[in-house]
Amino acid sequence: MMFRVLAAAAFAALSVSAVHAESYRVGSEGAYPPFNTKDASGNITGFDIDIANALCAEMKADCTIVAQDWDGMIPALNNKKFDFVVASMSITEERLKAVSFTDPYYSNKLQYVAKKGTDLDISPEAMKSKTIGAQRATLAAEWLEKNVPGAKVSLYDTQENAWLDLEAGRTDAVIADVYPAYEWLQSETGKNFEFKGEPVFDDDKIGIAVRKADTDLLAKLNTALKTIMDNGTYAKINEKYFPFSIR
Amino acid sequence: MNFQLMWDSLPQLLQGAVLSLQLVAVSGILGLALALPLALGRISSNPLISAFPYAYIFFFRGTPLLVQLFLVYYGLGQFEAVRNSIFWPILREAYWCAVITMSLHTAAYIAEILRGAIQAVPVGEVEATRALGMSRVTAFRRIILPRAARIGLPAYGNEVILMLKGSALASTVTLLELTGMARTIIAKTYTPVEIFLAAGAIYLALSFLLVQGFRLLERRWNRHLVRA
Repeated sequence: MMFRVLAAAAFAALSVSAVHAESYRVGSEGAYPPFNTKDASGNITGFDIDIANALCAEMKADCTIVAQDWDGMIPALNNKKFDFVVASMSITEERLKAVSFTDPYYSNKLQYVAKKGTDLDISPEAMKSKTIGAQRATLAAEWLEKNVPGAKVSLYDTQENAWLDLEAGRTDAVIADVYPAYEWLQSETGKNFEFKGEPVFDDDKIGIAVRKADTDLLAKLNTALKTIMDNGTYAKINEKYFPFSIR
Repeated sequence: MNFQLMWDSLPQLLQGAVLSLQLVAVSGILGLALALPLALGRISSNPLISAFPYAYIFFFRGTPLLVQLFLVYYGLGQFEAVRNSIFWPILREAYWCAVITMSLHTAAYIAEILRGAIQAVPVGEVEATRALGMSRVTAFRRIILPRAARIGLPAYGNEVILMLKGSALASTVTLLELTGMARTIIAKTYTPVEIFLAAGAIYLALSFLLVQGFRLLERRWNRHLVRA
């Protein structure tokens, strides 16, 4: 009798967990304001995290945000440290060999930033003789290697360190994504710097990375993404960070 | 496991390994040169002389190498005064920042090794120098330091190998030494297992060479201790 009660209880517990919401671990970086950055207590916040939470709410899933250093992001995803990555990751051919991406959730451009008042010729020929900073394992670093061969490139673990070295004068210019650069230029340390020339690359689509095998999750994320873009949730999040649309 | 990729990355990794070795060699020698006066000051019974070496060793042994490196590289560069000083041409180079930090760091450890070695020279031998009428300086130069070098050699070899592994931190200040090179390759290929295995094998080979080098030196200097 006792056994039956226990078995029934166990069965009930099982069936409850079966209807319980899915839970996902979401990878992000936390060194890329305003998209993902760490607050005073160490939690990651920002545009990416708001998007991730909106998607999870739409999918009725429980999500935990996990911090991961940028250059280990894709290996960590493939080693199942987390289930998908919302970290302002550009959809590139190289990355598509390693992971799948959802539809883009925003578009980015690459632009040079240098000290105010300096004349910077951003043509690849002129930039070859300069020291240029970029974050390691980013589209910006990849772009530099392909389009400005021979330039002296300094690669940093985080975008923040690239700004620090630009400020110290160790690099002549930094090539970076425009929105985080815009954010930095508004800051106390960034106010002596400005964008130089036109964006050198403007077709950078940002997506959510998922393991190649997780096709179900990819489909769910795409559906949820479309919903939040259509129902105004996305626009609200956008408005919170930028006075213009970044879609 | 993609062995072809490991093989193809080898030339770049070896290029990084050369820089790693360079960092270790330069900081190992500079560190030793700095450590000698520190150790001599440290054993002084005059507190005015021993206070600075004590504080120096306490600071550099008590804080992580990574923190020291960030303080020198990102920290000093924040000050306008430093950027306008005559030291900036050196401090603006990541290479010299790494060499300076590693030298200062390892000097603290080597100073402690030297202090221990000097104090481990048998009292009888020190007394013998006095009996022969040697001055303190002569005794140090002819007997105590040569003996201390032999006693401290194994521990110094150990420290050099620790610095070889410590040099991996230089990758955080844009240097493309072995670890930095490996991380840059991984940034393009997303194959951390293959590339870090290859880099690890190179580190292992380098420490093997260092171990053998110090063993030869020990055999030569400590001939009287080598068993036939």
